[in-house]
Amino acid sequence: MKRLPFFKALVFLACLIPLMRLVWFAFNDQLGANPIEFITRSLGTWTLTFLLITLTATPLRKLTSWQWPLRLRRMFGLFAFFYVCLHFTTYIWLDQFFDLHAIYKDVLKRPFITVGFANFLLLIPLAITSTNKMVKRLGGRNWLRLHRLIYLIAIGGVVHYWWLVKKDITQPAIYAAVLMVLLGYRVMAAARRKVKASHAV
Amino acid sequence: MLIKKPFDIPSSEITDQTCYLKRREFIKHAGLALASVAVGASMPIREALAAVKLGPGRKSAFSTSEALTPYKDVTTYNNFYEFGTDKDEPAKLATNFVTRPWTVSVEGEVKRPKVYDIDELLKLVPLEERIYRLRCVEGWSMVIPWEGFPLNELIKRVEPTGKAKYVEFHTLHDPKRMPGQRSAVLDWPYVEGLRLDEAMHPLTLLAVGLYGEVLPNQNGAPVRLVVPWKYGFKSAKSIVKIRFVEQPPVSAWMKANAREYGFYSNVNPEVDHPRWSQAKERRIGEFLKRKTLMFNGYGDQVAQMYSGMDLRKNF
Repeated sequence: MKRLPFFKALVFLACLIPLMRLVWFAFNDQLGANPIEFITRSLGTWTLTFLLITLTATPLRKLTSWQWPLRLRRMFGLFAFFYVCLHFTTYIWLDQFFDLHAIYKDVLKRPFITVGFANFLLLIPLAITSTNKMVKRLGGRNWLRLHRLIYLIAIGGVVHYWWLVKKDITQPAIYAAVLMVLLGYRVMAAARRKVKASHAV
Repeated sequence: MLIKKPFDIPSSEITDQTCYLKRREFIKHAGLALASVAVGASMPIREALAAVKLGPGRKSAFSTSEALTPYKDVTTYNNFYEFGTDKDEPAKLATNFVTRPWTVSVEGEVKRPKVYDIDELLKLVPLEERIYRLRCVEGWSMVIPWEGFPLNELIKRVEPTGKAKYVEFHTLHDPKRMPGQRSAVLDWPYVEGLRLDEAMHPLTLLAVGLYGEVLPNQNGAPVRLVVPWKYGFKSAKSIVKIRFVEQPPVSAWMKANAREYGFYSNVNPEVDHPRWSQAKERRIGEFLKRKTLMFNGYGDQVAQMYSGMDLRKNF
């Protein structure tokens, strides 16, 4: 565990690869015919991927009794926030070019954008309260309660993707399946705890 | 009106077998180059296709003078679900698609039904160059120089009967050759339809090429429809059957989702797709979105066909 800072730095750099890939593509004319769409989609799917990675930490910790998943969890969560910020900025800036009227209409009228926007807003308090100080200030129990929002956000993320796709739902279905496994694990674990508790009585 | 000068293109000039095979080789190499170098692959593709030039088609008054979308974008970013649902997949998965022999059966409510060989179809009338805007239902657009001839030239030859009210277009259904058809993403075969007057409209084109060259496989070779005032998906690709019918056809997209895709599917900035806005579009190659025009800017030519119709209901 002494080597964790080094390991952590390595994972941090790895988490930047999706961004560096886009930068590389941009400078080498590899973003395709519709670069803005490519960038938006890529940042969106990476946000979702980091949300799922974040949700993998707890089951992995429990199944393996490794310590590092939990110690990296905050970083993964913050990377999800980092990519959603870029995703949102791309939409506001590159896609809509600050056409506030169009954005306003989009958010209200397009269910997939409504869900995506709500998700973005919900992630903000989680990012703000991610520091050790904030955990102390809120108290562990409250902090935990607040951060359970991640389940809702992850579901919303998959729905956002699902509703955006024209017809072929293969990709969002894969994300949905992974999320179901991750959430399913928690439901089962909670059920088992209940059974154990009732036995204890 | 344009005066038609009959001139004959020998079929060998269009689809010489050796050239044809060479072309696929070239494209394979281009594909490899794309995979390894991943930059500037458009040059080998252009060179490969230069072997199957259609020759300069006659200019048309219907052409727009807007800047053309680059050849590379037209041929590497498009929807053709028969070759995958991603827009870069058709260019990759259609390279080995063989379009000879190929026949187009023109049938149904016509006095002279006929199975046309593709080479016969190519010689039916002199080819024209038509530079059209193409607006995809997804919100992007291009300007493409098609090579082809008005569909009404074919329709006149088969003489529709009084019962012919609509025209149905069927894309080839062959999952062995079209890998996208191995998944049930749409109810194959791909079917599209037009009202007879829409099919007869001089803007409605049967395209056999683009950029002066034989139509690339990924763009609907060997023959496809181009209906520039409707969303792109109305323009059926790789057509094997044109059927004249009395009842309105049910298209593949209507079957897939009738709430989202109607029979007419005219480009209309005021009628949104249930899940996204149609008010604006991104012209491929441009940064800022531009306003989408009613009937994709072809209102002067086509609006009268829909006078008195509620275009919100008949979307």
